[in-house]
Amino acid sequence: MHFSETFSRMLLYTAAIVSMACVMAVFAFLVYFAWPVLAGGEWKDLLSLNWRPFQAHYGILPMILGSMYLTVLAMLVACPLAAGVCLFCSGLGPGPAAGAVKALVRFMSGIPTVVYGFVAAFTLVPFLRSHFSGSTGYCLLAAGLILGFLILPTIVLIGLSALERVDQELSLTCSALGLSRVQSLIHVIFPAAWPGLLAAVLLGFARAVGDTLIALMLAGNAPQLPGSLFDSIRTLTAHIALVVATDSQSQAYRSVFAAGCLLFFIAAAVNITVFRVRQKFGGLSRDG
Amino acid sequence: MFRRITFVFLCLCTAVFSLQPVWAGSSGLSAFDGLSGRLTIAGGTAHIPVMKQAARQIMRHNPDIAITVAGGGSGVGVQKVGAGLVDIGNTGRALSDEERDKFGLKSYAFAVDGVGLAVHPDNPLNNLSKDQVKGIFAGEIGSWKQVGGADRQINLYTRDEASGTRSVFWKKALDKDPVAVEANVIQSNGAMKVAISRDPDAIGYLSIGHMDDSVSGVAIDGVSPTRENAKDGSYPVVRKLYMNTKGEPGKLARAFIDYLQGPRGGQIVSENGFIPGGQ
Repeated sequence: MHFSETFSRMLLYTAAIVSMACVMAVFAFLVYFAWPVLAGGEWKDLLSLNWRPFQAHYGILPMILGSMYLTVLAMLVACPLAAGVCLFCSGLGPGPAAGAVKALVRFMSGIPTVVYGFVAAFTLVPFLRSHFSGSTGYCLLAAGLILGFLILPTIVLIGLSALERVDQELSLTCSALGLSRVQSLIHVIFPAAWPGLLAAVLLGFARAVGDTLIALMLAGNAPQLPGSLFDSIRTLTAHIALVVATDSQSQAYRSVFAAGCLLFFIAAAVNITVFRVRQKFGGLSRDG
Repeated sequence: MFRRITFVFLCLCTAVFSLQPVWAGSSGLSAFDGLSGRLTIAGGTAHIPVMKQAARQIMRHNPDIAITVAGGGSGVGVQKVGAGLVDIGNTGRALSDEERDKFGLKSYAFAVDGVGLAVHPDNPLNNLSKDQVKGIFAGEIGSWKQVGGADRQINLYTRDEASGTRSVFWKKALDKDPVAVEANVIQSNGAMKVAISRDPDAIGYLSIGHMDDSVSGVAIDGVSPTRENAKDGSYPVVRKLYMNTKGEPGKLARAFIDYLQGPRGGQIVSENGFIPGGQ
């Protein structure tokens, strides 16, 4: 008994150490390859608005801003929808409908990204092109809408589990105070679940920043600053996908590692924030 | 997983073709008699149909030889062959001096491919002067009206930085003039064809081997992008397809390269929409 416990503990430690080592190795690898760019003063080139690799301009600022715009737009699409769906599923909607919506969201989370991209390329893109003059349809708006739908299940499912946890602890108290289901949800449970909801939003954000295929298929990939929702943009992830097959000795290729480093830092920052939020406020509802 | 699929695929191919009567005869395949072992190929995606067809014929002729073909793109082809991970790395462009020097690579061209300008089939435009083409891709000509068409905006489509297709179009059709930064960037020949075929105001460029009725080819200075024109040299926007080896190729790789550069290989190249030759 004692032996098997030691054994399984060792096994788990090994698994944890291996995964940690992998993450650190990825980071070390990125830094090692990005170092010549960062140390050689080339990073000043990278922080320009001009990506014209054949005229020796290697600015990735349009891609950084493109990623930011797209992510913010996707969050603007996804968060209100997610809040509505969460409330609907946890008590505002009638039971059977809520169950059906929940099942639908679970199903959505299993749809491969490429299916969203493909369907949108054949429906949403021509729609935007024919209804808004001056746009090719491959634009910030198309990618933002679809990316919003893509991250919706992530936010809803994590948000729902946060609501359910709080609900279990507080619903009796709410009933005792004479609050209706709707009142207790909106005034007590939803506000009390905020750390979990914030974590859900942040994880949705991380998924949106990291997604490659939607941007690659729908955003148009033009390395420019968008002047409107209908302009073509390129994200950091799409940039890596487009440039990684170039001549590996070129400076364009090295910019890929800078983009990779940046994405790694964003992912790390989001995850650390989620961790801190959970650590600091995770016990709040239990204590209160 | 992928390796297993490749293996099963190869087994199936071998099974199917061993049932057919042997008609290959004395068609350059005799060079593979007595050879055995593995040949690994990766890189340029335009090459894949040609490589696969050649590999099938060779493996059918001599079951002691196993040839695997993978994609990845020209850049991947260079890196893999440079690192010694594959025997032959394919590229749809000539190697840069840095690539050749760093890895000690040798290049073997075996086919020529044209890159043509294309618009939506509903667009009546069929000819542009070179200056008009440059103007359109630089973003200076923004309306079809300026080149004799309807009063509608021109939607520009270009290819990614790693594309061999882009590289040749930029050098030989645009004379290295810049491409407007607003142009949408498409990541493959197939996706370019789809994009143009679904946008009535589109203009873009793609491999002649990929052109079909879903897009309409546009002549530059009166010369249409057709295989015939690319073959007789009148159409100038052409590129070579290369196989690359690290140093001198091994026996099997040598035989494979000779086969593709020979008459039977030329036939395979033609069947796949490219023009044989280029050595």
